[in-house]
Amino acid sequence: MTLYLLKRLAVLVASTAVAAVVVFAFMGLLPGDPAEIALGVNATPEAVAELRRQFGTDRAPVVQFLDWFGGLLHGDFGTSYVTSSPIGPQISDRLAVTTVLVVGGMIVALLVAVPLGTFAAVHHRNPLGALISAASQIGIAVPAFLAGILLVFVFAVQAQALPSGGYVPIAENPAEWLRGLLLPWLSLGLVQGAVLTRYVRSAVLDVMREDYLRTARAKGRGSTGALWRHGLRNASIPVVTVLGLQLATLLIGAVVVERVFVIPGLGDLLLNGVAGRDLLLVQGVVMVLVAAVLLINFVVDVAYHLLDPRLR
Amino acid sequence: MKGRVNVALLVGAVLVALVGLAAVVSFFWTPHDPTLVDAARKLREPGGGYLLGADKFGRDTFSQLMVGARTTLYVGIVAVGIAAVLGVPLGMVAGMTPRGWLSELIMRVNDLVFAFPALLLAVMLGAVYGAGTLTAMIAIGVATVPAFARVTRAATLQVMVTDYILAARAAGRRRPAIAVRHVLPNISSMLIVQASVSFAIAILAEAALSFLGFGTRPPTPSWGRMLQESQELLFSTPRLALWPGLAIALAVLGFNLLGDGLRDYLDPRLRRIREQAEPPANGATR
Repeated sequence: MTLYLLKRLAVLVASTAVAAVVVFAFMGLLPGDPAEIALGVNATPEAVAELRRQFGTDRAPVVQFLDWFGGLLHGDFGTSYVTSSPIGPQISDRLAVTTVLVVGGMIVALLVAVPLGTFAAVHHRNPLGALISAASQIGIAVPAFLAGILLVFVFAVQAQALPSGGYVPIAENPAEWLRGLLLPWLSLGLVQGAVLTRYVRSAVLDVMREDYLRTARAKGRGSTGALWRHGLRNASIPVVTVLGLQLATLLIGAVVVERVFVIPGLGDLLLNGVAGRDLLLVQGVVMVLVAAVLLINFVVDVAYHLLDPRLR
Repeated sequence: MKGRVNVALLVGAVLVALVGLAAVVSFFWTPHDPTLVDAARKLREPGGGYLLGADKFGRDTFSQLMVGARTTLYVGIVAVGIAAVLGVPLGMVAGMTPRGWLSELIMRVNDLVFAFPALLLAVMLGAVYGAGTLTAMIAIGVATVPAFARVTRAATLQVMVTDYILAARAAGRRRPAIAVRHVLPNISSMLIVQASVSFAIAILAEAALSFLGFGTRPPTPSWGRMLQESQELLFSTPRLALWPGLAIALAVLGFNLLGDGLRDYLDPRLRRIREQAEPPANGATR
């Protein structure tokens, strides 16, 4: 297990470094000279050269990359060429908001998928189980931002029970914070829950066919008891893999949902950066999101090994 | 399966055919010019030649939906095409030489690309080159390559241990010949299923990108942007959000059901390979 962990950790570090090279090569080198862009078309060559020195873009690309990547390792994302403010603090503030959004969405997805998926598996021969399968198929076809718009229509326009958007920091007003996040959580969670329900169902179905479950039933446990005691842990193995991949999907889905509900998270920062042509900011946010996806994949792989004794 | 109707295949095929029909007909005829701005028809209620009414610029919703179907299919076809053209050969090479360094390299690069979802690629491309239909198609296509490569590799691995491949190798056939003559035909049904499912994901991604302003540029109608434009009018004219939303959901449902139905129809054994190899199909982005 330790050996596996070390190997997998090495892969994580290597792929993050390669991803950083890719992001830097793409964002940092291809577009026009930030100094020229900042000064406009009428700038003198001397002024451009001076600003280039200040930005550090007069150095060799390799040096620039090492400087940027070295900074990332201790949370320094550089200073924006456009707003002249440090990027790191902005990213960490926004990351906190997005994390709350994603974790809440994941919890909603689990609350929907585990009971429904298990129920659909146990009752896979009767109409109610089939109905859940059909409903999940429809849920999969609805993108999160569309779910968001539908939820706003129902809960904000019709019922007028919840705000249609906006974000109140928890320190300011915890009740409003919660009210503002309910619909975004539901938009992300219901859609992912629909996807997850299918995986939970098929995982539980697979486990129900196993000999050890029949043995447990034969020993006198009821079928619910047997499933509870022996089935769910084993069914959780394939589900955890899917869950991790979904966490990555949720992170990206949050970018879109933040736009629907006007929530100041990473996605909002990213899109504002693009609109303001703040490429260093975009580069930083993209890197954080990519690193997060890689980290999630790492955690999934490790969790998979911990859960499945056959792999130890 | 004889005598049993494949409901998923039937419903999926009908929905996909409807989207296709709307797209094809839109080349020759739409009830009105979908991009014609007319203040007199602003937010016109449905009826009187305007089946679904008009939007805030007076553009006919039904005509916009029809041309939007064209945009959706166009982006889907090109994106899935890119993914298949790159992913299938890579997956086959990885599957035919499972212990080689090349296979290892392909799968590592694959994992890396997997960390760049379509939305991030589209934003990066958009930030550098300016967003549009082309950048959206490339981003969705490249982000879909890993799914194709993985599925192709898993299917190829299964085919490679069969007797007919052994026979072909014993007969002295070279690897490229085996790949084209024996492997490709035997994994093709698998790939058709994958294409259908990837198409559904591409539609979701295109809608999300257009919604964010990283997809098809105005005035070309697209379902995602119709939704984005409708959002501010949700309180007064919710029907403007209803129709494009319904169109997206039905198109995605159609391709997903078509994929499921084709899988059962072409080869029930395929179910297992795909579920093992493929990450869950969804999200706003892939």
